[in-house]
Amino acid sequence: MLLADKYRPKDFANLDYHKEQATNLKNLTKDGEFPHLLVYGPLGAGKKTRITCILRELFGPGVERLKMETMNFTTPSNKKLEIMTISSNYHIEVNPSDVGIYDRVVIMDIIKNVAQSQQLNVNAAREFKVVILTDVDNLTKDAQHALRRTMEKYIANCRIIMCATSISRVIPAISSRCLCIRVPAPEESVIVDILQSTCKKEDISLPPVLAKRIAQASNRNLRRALLICETCKVEQYPFSDDQKIPELDWEVFIKKMAGKILENQSIETLSNVRKDLYELLSNDIPAGVIFETLLRELLRKSDVSIRETVIKEAAEHEHRLVQGNKQIFHLESFVAKFMYVYQTFMQEMFGDF
Amino acid sequence: MEAYLKSGKLGESSSKSSGKSAAPKKPKSIHWVEKYRPKAVTEVVDQSDVVSVLEQCLTGADLPNLLFYGPPGTGKTSTILAAARQLFGDMYKNRILELNASDERGIQVIRDKVKSFAQLTASGVRPDGKPCPPFKIVILDEADSMTHAAQAALRRTMEKETKSTRFCLICNYVSRIIEPLTSRCTKFRFKPLNENLAYERLAYICEQENVLIDDNDKLLNLLVERSGGDMRKAITWLQSCAILSGHKQKIGLQHVQEVTGVVPAHWLEEFLKVCKESKEFSALDSFVKKLLYEAFAVSQILDQLNEKIINSDEFNDKQRTIIGEKLGDVSFHLQEGGTEYIQLIELGNSIMKAYSIV
Ligand SMILES: Nc1ncnc2c1ncn2[C@@H]1O[C@H](COP(=O)(O)OP(=O)(O)O)[C@@H](O)[C@H]1O
Ligand SMILES: [Mg+2]
Repeated sequence: MLLADKYRPKDFANLDYHKEQATNLKNLTKDGEFPHLLVYGPLGAGKKTRITCILRELFGPGVERLKMETMNFTTPSNKKLEIMTISSNYHIEVNPSDVGIYDRVVIMDIIKNVAQSQQLNVNAAREFKVVILTDVDNLTKDAQHALRRTMEKYIANCRIIMCATSISRVIPAISSRCLCIRVPAPEESVIVDILQSTCKKEDISLPPVLAKRIAQASNRNLRRALLICETCKVEQYPFSDDQKIPELDWEVFIKKMAGKILENQSIETLSNVRKDLYELLSNDIPAGVIFETLLRELLRKSDVSIRETVIKEAAEHEHRLVQGNKQIFHLESFVAKFMYVYQTFMQEMFGDF
Repeated sequence: MEAYLKSGKLGESSSKSSGKSAAPKKPKSIHWVEKYRPKAVTEVVDQSDVVSVLEQCLTGADLPNLLFYGPPGTGKTSTILAAARQLFGDMYKNRILELNASDERGIQVIRDKVKSFAQLTASGVRPDGKPCPPFKIVILDEADSMTHAAQAALRRTMEKETKSTRFCLICNYVSRIIEPLTSRCTKFRFKPLNENLAYERLAYICEQENVLIDDNDKLLNLLVERSGGDMRKAITWLQSCAILSGHKQKIGLQHVQEVTGVVPAHWLEEFLKVCKESKEFSALDSFVKKLLYEAFAVSQILDQLNEKIINSDEFNDKQRTIIGEKLGDVSFHLQEGGTEYIQLIELGNSIMKAYSIV
């Protein structure tokens, strides 16, 4: 079992950071007023852990008896859909984005079912069940609109806990129906502490210098930090202060791509980069992430005088990308534009011999 | 799923409910948004145009087809539900068909479901003998998410069933509704609630619910101000504060800031400072990353920055224009789904530029 899962705190008392928030969340579960929740924060900040604690506080250890099931749906156009769910007697969890543009059908079906089934167990601590929707920033607008009135209509028997990395993509009509809980990424020092204490439990000795380097490389993602730590251990144990810390494949890949672009602005490079972009997209790296990483790498190494133009182009291309469908076109067209701007600048600076 | 739906002890609960049906029920969980949803049209705050028309209908005038539009949390759904309850009394649920964005509302559904509902006869007396209007109301809530084809189908149905059925369309943007529909309805715009009236409503709820709140006036005003006239938001926030504070402790500024997602001022100051003092991209890059790790709503960051820049005498008009324009672009891109990182970098860069032109 991964360290990140093995030592995931199960109740509020054992949460390692944001302790004041934990007290607030515990208050939340005390009476019948439990509202719909929207829990948001960056990857690996501990959203899921907090949701698990809330469920346990609401329903007791029974929520930990989980089953995984595949549910089947039929869309109005008679398309058959399948989706994985995780559930207990008290809750059900799905990631509606798994069915892409059909997310609305799935969400409505589940919520209506839950609301109708009520809490049949008279001894249950609560008269409602919980539906957990993960990744709601990727819900279609259609699905988000559908949630609005549903959240009000079925609130007596069904509470919804939504989980998102950023609240910006959730329409205000939904966030105004929830208690929104922000979960900031843990500070680097907190990550260092948790790395240390986790290693201690496993009888691993982790030098402070390495712990700090791992924390820095983790992008303040606790889960990632623990994964890196495990990978490091496989590669070399006992640890040394300066041992190599593995980077994410796709990040290395994008950095290399940026290197190519900066080195030579030509048709060949462009067609080479196109292949790279295809590869990234086909490995499910989101276009927004590619854009962000690429832009950062390019800006890091270009002159301040072209910065404004490059940023503006990036923003416009990305805007077209989220509007349209062919993502690759906009990424590629941005690269071409960058090459042009960069080359023009270099020629002006150093002359064209 | 099957197992999940059948969870609990079926046998036990059914025997119990048939045995003593009057078994004391646990008090239903109470959400203030529902509890304080207006029950009569006169309870609807600050929407006097529509209220006065509906009041006439309650005293016998004919009800036109209605179109309510306006931002969320201004009372659109509540108003029509309250009117239906007053018109039809206890049987109002049988007299309305409420379809919202969660329901299947394709052409076929509009034709079949709405049509068959419209064709049911509606008598002019209630079960209790009182008179009531001899029609039914079809409520199409969140109508802006209906396709134009479905709207066109609705238009036919609407024409055919005028005698026995009234329609109430509800939406945020009237521009998303086709003209042949809007022209058949009396339109009412629901405006964001006036701050004083919203404040009074919140104060009333506080009194009813025995809410303890520090610095009463100031914090309630902060909630109202931040809610931008969205009453649902204001009430949800108030209750969230009460829950977070555990109902025993007083609600304090920290609770209000947390639920409303206000960004602490020092973050905005640091943002400006980084832009002012550094020419390096890396400084902006690492600040923006750090800020995003905090998970604040970027739209909130933009609002607060805008406020700060307008009110600060650090900037001259030219600088304000540069930043202001960029704030507009960035906020538009963000709404359309742009990456937060890129938007903040773009904004930061233009603030840097503004600082450099003094
Ligand atoms: N004009 C209003 N007067 C009083 N309460 C209101 C008003 N508008 C909204 N509210 C409150 O906000 C909640 C949501 O209102 P609703 O009518 O559903 O808004 P919408 O305009 O989004 O349909 C209601 O339950 C009520 O508590
Ligand atoms: Mg509504």
